[in-house]
Amino acid sequence: MEPFQFNLENYRKVLERYINTEDESSLYQAEQFSKLSMQNNILPEEIINIHIQALKDLYPELPKEIDASLNFLLETMISYGLAYQQFQTLRQKQGELESEISIAANMQQTLLSTYKPKIEGLDIGAVSVPANIMNGDYYHFVTDQNNNLGIAVADVIGKGIPAALAMSMIKYSLDSFPKTQRNPSIILENLNRVVERNVDTSMFITMFYGLFDAESSKLQYASAGHEPGFYYCAKSDEFFEITTKGMVLGVTSDSTYEQYEIEMDQEDIVILLTDGVTECRVGDQFIESDEVLKVIREYMHLPAQEAVERVYRHFEKLQDFQLRDDFTLIFLKK
Amino acid sequence: MSTTQTCVHIKKEWDIVGARQMGREKAKELGFGTVDQARIATAISELARNIYLYAETGKIYYEVVSDLNRVGLKIIASDNGPGISDISKMMEDGFSTSGGLGAGLPGVKRLMDDFDIDSEENNGTTITAIKWVRK
Repeated sequence: MEPFQFNLENYRKVLERYINTEDESSLYQAEQFSKLSMQNNILPEEIINIHIQALKDLYPELPKEIDASLNFLLETMISYGLAYQQFQTLRQKQGELESEISIAANMQQTLLSTYKPKIEGLDIGAVSVPANIMNGDYYHFVTDQNNNLGIAVADVIGKGIPAALAMSMIKYSLDSFPKTQRNPSIILENLNRVVERNVDTSMFITMFYGLFDAESSKLQYASAGHEPGFYYCAKSDEFFEITTKGMVLGVTSDSTYEQYEIEMDQEDIVILLTDGVTECRVGDQFIESDEVLKVIREYMHLPAQEAVERVYRHFEKLQDFQLRDDFTLIFLKK
Repeated sequence: MSTTQTCVHIKKEWDIVGARQMGREKAKELGFGTVDQARIATAISELARNIYLYAETGKIYYEVVSDLNRVGLKIIASDNGPGISDISKMMEDGFSTSGGLGAGLPGVKRLMDDFDIDSEENNGTTITAIKWVRK
């Protein structure tokens, strides 16, 4: 079959053949004509016009009523033509927006990137995966000259671009604090003031901040309403929830944050996470926290990085590869 | 270069039909094809409807215009209504305060060849659109 040329002449020929034979191949050519029309930005009213022209060429004595009815049809298609043009414009705009967002997401990744430090006697694993393109979770490691490790895990309530913007602010505030000041409760107090001053009251940020002393194996920590993590005690082979007191960041300017301490023994694990982990949903049901611990237990014997990745993959699969919320999980293994 | 102007007053919904009718007749006289006649009528409809909905009263002017080697029909929709505070927004696709199915001003722009809008808040709106006869 010859490639179909887009013009009135051809349309008339195909139409004529179809009227005489009602064959399928003419209909196939009609389909080609329709697709070519779209490629050439031909609007529906113009197609009807071509049809009217062709019909009049074939039947010069076309009854007046048919002619009028076709004009009527043409008129009714005008708005469809407009809607089609609008749709095309919007589709193009959507493409532009998507590419802009993906550039922003790349930029965010660069801005918020953190390195995973090597600390003698501590095996660290971390994953953080956004539900959409931009991540509203954040984790960050810092070390000082004594090989002490600062760990921040934060979650903006809400996701997407606004969450990501707020997170960039958190990261730069953290960076701006003096290196010598790594006391968790004071860091949270300072951050709270920054957030309270700069972020809309409808946006909440939760955060866990911990400081691991490599020498004594003590982890000091404080939390601003953050999803409680877990402490695995190897000796008793038990998990304990890491409970804390402290208001989410940005609610009042004078919040204080109680500081706690755990001494980690050999094989102990500190598990930090965001609610994307504990609020994994299967269908309409949240999974139980026992379920989370069961999965963690299954993989925790592995090296920390491999373990967090396995746990992540488990929940990703459980949710049919459609994360509902940003997912961040960190293991600190003694 | 312009010739005589005709004008239709828009006061009630029924006047929209009169405005369309006038536009179609002018278009036919000038030798516009069926499709363009329909487009001009639809554009006028949209403009007249905007007057009726937002300014209550106004006028649609019709003018035959020509430049070097072509002739066209110029439509001017003018009202003393509330005006448009953010014209760029109004020209965006998908933005329509009435939330209706109307093609809105972007639709009018698409239906016609040239399009211009002048508006100030509380000081009325004048929209000018031209369709040229296709050679």
